[in-house]
Amino acid sequence: MKVALFVTCLADHYFAEAAADAVRLLRHLGCEVSFPNTQTCCGQPAHNAGMAEEALKMAEHTSGVLKDAEHVVVPSGSCAAMITKAYPALGLGNGPSSRTWELGAFVRRHLDIASLGRGLEGRSVAYHQGCHALRELGLETESIELLEGAGAHVVDWPSATECCGFGGLFSTKMPPVSTAMADAKLDSLPQVDWVVSGDPGCLLQLSSRARRTGNDLRFRHLASVLWEAADGRA
Amino acid sequence: MDVRSRDYADLARTIIEDTPGVRKAVSGATAAFDAARRRAYAEIDAEAWRRWAEGVKNHVLTHLDQYLEEAEARLQENGAKVHWAGNAQEARHIVAELAQARGVRSVVKGKSMLTEEIELNPALEERGIHVYETDLGEYILQLLDEAPSHILGPAIHRSLEDVQALFADRLGTAADALPDDLAAAARTELRARFQEADMGVSGGNFLVAETGTLALIENEGNIRLTTSLPRIHVALVGIEKLLPTFGDLAGFLQLTARAGTGQAIGCFVSLIQGPATAPGDDGPEEVHIVLVDNGRTDVLADEHAWETLRCVRCGACLNTCPVYKQTGGHAYGWVYSGPIGAVLDPGLLGLEQTAPLPFASSLCGACFDACPVRIPIPDLLLHWRRAAQARGLTPLSERAGLKAFTAMATRPALYRYLGRVGPRLAGSSLFRRLPVLSGWTEHREPPEPSPRRFRDLWSEGIGE
Ligand code: SF4
Repeated sequence: MKVALFVTCLADHYFAEAAADAVRLLRHLGCEVSFPNTQTCCGQPAHNAGMAEEALKMAEHTSGVLKDAEHVVVPSGSCAAMITKAYPALGLGNGPSSRTWELGAFVRRHLDIASLGRGLEGRSVAYHQGCHALRELGLETESIELLEGAGAHVVDWPSATECCGFGGLFSTKMPPVSTAMADAKLDSLPQVDWVVSGDPGCLLQLSSRARRTGNDLRFRHLASVLWEAADGRA
Repeated sequence: MDVRSRDYADLARTIIEDTPGVRKAVSGATAAFDAARRRAYAEIDAEAWRRWAEGVKNHVLTHLDQYLEEAEARLQENGAKVHWAGNAQEARHIVAELAQARGVRSVVKGKSMLTEEIELNPALEERGIHVYETDLGEYILQLLDEAPSHILGPAIHRSLEDVQALFADRLGTAADALPDDLAAAARTELRARFQEADMGVSGGNFLVAETGTLALIENEGNIRLTTSLPRIHVALVGIEKLLPTFGDLAGFLQLTARAGTGQAIGCFVSLIQGPATAPGDDGPEEVHIVLVDNGRTDVLADEHAWETLRCVRCGACLNTCPVYKQTGGHAYGWVYSGPIGAVLDPGLLGLEQTAPLPFASSLCGACFDACPVRIPIPDLLLHWRRAAQARGLTPLSERAGLKAFTAMATRPALYRYLGRVGPRLAGSSLFRRLPVLSGWTEHREPPEPSPRRFRDLWSEGIGE
């Protein structure tokens, strides 16, 4: 199966190893992975800020970059939602929307894989549900099933589905509110080995706030954890 | 109430940093409401109910003139008097004139956000008329001289300790009085007010066009007394509150209670048709319904924002909102707060006065899932954001920054080049001084860039 990776601007610069792990995982699962080199950003920052013209330019650019891709896999629920839900609303209905997947959903639903291996045996994990994956794409169980399928214990986290407070520009426009939201999540976190999420933005928000408050929790991108699940290496 | 929505960011910061008790009280109370709502939704086919309710409201809003006329005719047949108020000033004037012409000296009130919106109390007090709030939360706030911070639980930002101290001071209750004792003390105090009042003022949850029935939902019984004990009852009702039929009302009473408090139905539902008709009958001698526009027809004319008029003011979106939870309603700077306030206030007051509100959201989407009438709040937040950007109501640096980013990100070669150095500046002093970025580092460590970008790893070859 041919898959184009849309790495996203945040993962490209802040989660490069995790994105590389996504490539390793997809190849391991038999996919032929390409990386269209002219890709940049999906346009969500402009879209969410209400900059309609800029959002459309970015969406057109990205649609062009991905026009020949059979499947597009994105290591970010939020950017996947931008491409699948917002692009049609911007009038780009024939773009890559119907061929685009968030990584966990692609593996669990499209490739229909329930267990990648047993590489996470004995690990306890808190899974942060990114809001757009959860509410716009309706992805609630996919990544958790993969984590559990590899032996991880996904803990009951009362605020697992609550927003981390990132919200793109929101995080810098309203910093006290945004960080109070991160604190609400972090304060309710049970003891775990890792906090895992499929969204780079949420991971940046939660980890940056945790570091500032002297919390040494380990935050990991879903892609790295799933690769570890399949490969058995730490 | 002065509109202070332009100061949202500062108000929110002050509340979070200076009064941590507010965040605690609001988070706790909203979490309980939200959990109750989820349970109550799970007991029914909530999706089907919500779609039905959305359809009924859409029908009403697209035939509003027709239903308003029908409601007026039925109300008049029932013996009620109907008044039309185009704006807040007219509404205040109508009620104040009614009161003065009838020699009213004292008014009891049931909780009504619309009376807050039109600032009714000061207008009556100016004329020497005493106004007593009888909802327990509103009563507390009247003693504190504070504005409501939640549609349903107006004093939600206050803790039990706050109320114990207040009542000990003002009503002489014990410093550690239990909630029941506090309520009993308020009740004793309010009984006297009910008995002496000449006029009761209420809002209205729904107005049924078919029968001319005003419906009010509550849990304390104070609205029942307010609307039945004094000789005059005045209800202020937004023109969007109409329902076509009595059957529709049956559905909305249940769905609204489930959404707001998780109840199958409110403890008290008052259905008011008109005044007492024969001597010796229960009920007031006069019933006046004031139908208030105050910006609603403008909202109705907006091709996107009109959907906010489906709102039944249940408060479910506030209870589930992670942004609202951190501050409560006062940060929003006006009567309607939380997700619905962020999309309704710009419509009712204009964006100039409210521009930060649509940005006071992470666009998490939880509000839409909670809303019993499926108002697409996240889409409407974007709608108002676009309008604010187009009209230059946002910081120039923000617009310039996004334009520059777009210019760069639509030129892949430039993006690749700048991407090599940009994130590495993150830890530098420059990063901390740029306005957008200082917002990040004030409360968080700078993000840690990967040693090598993904695209560098890719071009070197990613081994399996
Ligand atoms: S917007 Fe929806 S959830 Fe919020 S108060 Fe109105 S009806 Fe209730």
